Amino acid sequence: MTIAAENLSIGYRDRLVGSGVSISLREGESLALLGPNGGGKTTLLKTLLGLLPPRKGEVTLNGKALSAISIRERARRIGYVPQVHTGTFAFTVETVVLMGRTAYGSLFAKPGKEDFAVAAKMLARLGISHLAQRSYTEISGGERQLVLLARALAQEPRFVVLDEPTASLDFGNQGKVMREIEALAGAGLGVLFTTHDPNHALRTAHRVCLLREGAIVAEGKTSDVLTRENLEALYGAKVLPVIDSRQVAFLPG
Amino acid sequence: MRRSMFSGLTVSLVLLAAGFAFAFLIGRFPVSLGDVFAVLWSKISGTPSGVSQAAEAVILQVRGPRVLAAFLVGAALSVAGAAFQGLFRNPLVSPDILGASSGAALGAVLGIYFSLGVFAIQGFAFLGGLVAVAAVYAIGSALRMRDPILVLVLAGVVIGALLGSGVGLIKYLADPYNQLPAITFWLLGSLAATSAADLVSLVSLIAIGTAVLLLLRHRMNVMSLPEEEARALGVSTGPMRIAIVAAATLVTAASVAAAGIIGWVGLVVPHIARSLTGPDFAKLLPVAAILGGSFLLFIDTIARTAASIEIPLGILTAFVGTPFFIWLLASMQKDWS
Repeated sequence: MTIAAENLSIGYRDRLVGSGVSISLREGESLALLGPNGGGKTTLLKTLLGLLPPRKGEVTLNGKALSAISIRERARRIGYVPQVHTGTFAFTVETVVLMGRTAYGSLFAKPGKEDFAVAAKMLARLGISHLAQRSYTEISGGERQLVLLARALAQEPRFVVLDEPTASLDFGNQGKVMREIEALAGAGLGVLFTTHDPNHALRTAHRVCLLREGAIVAEGKTSDVLTRENLEALYGAKVLPVIDSRQVAFLPG
Repeated sequence: MRRSMFSGLTVSLVLLAAGFAFAFLIGRFPVSLGDVFAVLWSKISGTPSGVSQAAEAVILQVRGPRVLAAFLVGAALSVAGAAFQGLFRNPLVSPDILGASSGAALGAVLGIYFSLGVFAIQGFAFLGGLVAVAAVYAIGSALRMRDPILVLVLAGVVIGALLGSGVGLIKYLADPYNQLPAITFWLLGSLAATSAADLVSLVSLIAIGTAVLLLLRHRMNVMSLPEEEARALGVSTGPMRIAIVAAATLVTAASVAAAGIIGWVGLVVPHIARSLTGPDFAKLLPVAAILGGSFLLFIDTIARTAASIEIPLGILTAFVGTPFFIWLLASMQKDWS
């Protein structure tokens, strides 16, 4: 399966955010979206998820227009991990993950045995089974991010889209989340995530897409695209590469 | 105590049984629990009850309809309140946030001002509630902004204020000896005028609305998430929101039409229920319904027996509700952040 868009215009009813955007994501592949604030990352993400209609062009899932696929069907194909939030009500972690099963039940259905089994499996897969009965509002930010990821996985999707999955996490948890992203792509899912840290893309993404002022300025294999020149042009700021014999990392200059 | 469906149901059902007994037995005319069962059984089986005619009349015609109305109104307002707190992602929301009560108040006050009959006043109140919420919804949809929930609440506040001044104007114009006391009494809420005839229309409307809300309860957890998240999880939030608002408005407007404005129940009871079951709407809604029904049974019994005159329900619920709510705020804040 492939999510693809050709020559897409993105934006809101009253504001065009970007145009000429072409992007594609296959199963088993991880793609990182980088760019300065206000560059259109979130807008593009929402458009690819089908939450925001494109202003021009069409997002397709396996050749079929996303707008022609029902909202339930879409939820079974593409899982969404929003930025970590605390939520209004203190649902248990298990209840939160069970919400990922919504698209599998009818309007009035209550979660069945299979739904509980899938939720438990996804919690186990991310190593957070012990949190199941804890309250979502009482666990740490890193744990919450994993719970939201478990909820997206409970949708049993072919693609997972994550909005800044490492933002607001401590150093150790950033690593944990990135390892999970790697594992997801390894398990055959298509993974798309946005990040503010080029090193996170270097660490986990097969491909990188650089987005500036609503246009894609560079796109391709991570090691080819993430260069000092490209990053300095992308952010309009100095970048310091740190290089050893095997790999490279970037510091803000 | 571990919070669960089981403990929540147990507590609320015990309270409900106590509430029914309390409401049937207490009053100027002495009635025993045996009498109540005998009369109810004779109604079901068709055999004579063996209870005196006076007692039978008190049970079937005086206390019975009122007990049923109190239970229904309490249950309906609590379920609607719990549903709205989820839908608006705010635990301080009550079922009249979109103007259902103020619309119904204006309708009823107009009915009294034009010296209409009781049935017409109730009809005006019901329609007033529906029209007010429809107007709020129309305005909210017309002013398309990023956050549809926020626009709805703002429109509700604005329309509520407008309707409130409408009520004020009618009160100012009304005959101070004749109409004004009737208006004041109605606005304070009471079940004193409930007759068996009222119940037929009230029961069906409230039952339909409450049933819809209870049926949708497994989707309400998701509806309490931010709009885009709920849609990414596969819920068509627009139609779902309309269904919840319509059902909650139906029960609120019907309740207000039958019993006047009874505040606090729809705000406080969901919180009590949540402290028993936790926030999962699938468990919360049934318990909130039973608990709300029991709560209003107790309150209404106090209203009709505590003093030599009837104490208005709206006043009692506030007297009981506000201290309780402050205690709740201090002790239960972990259930929402």
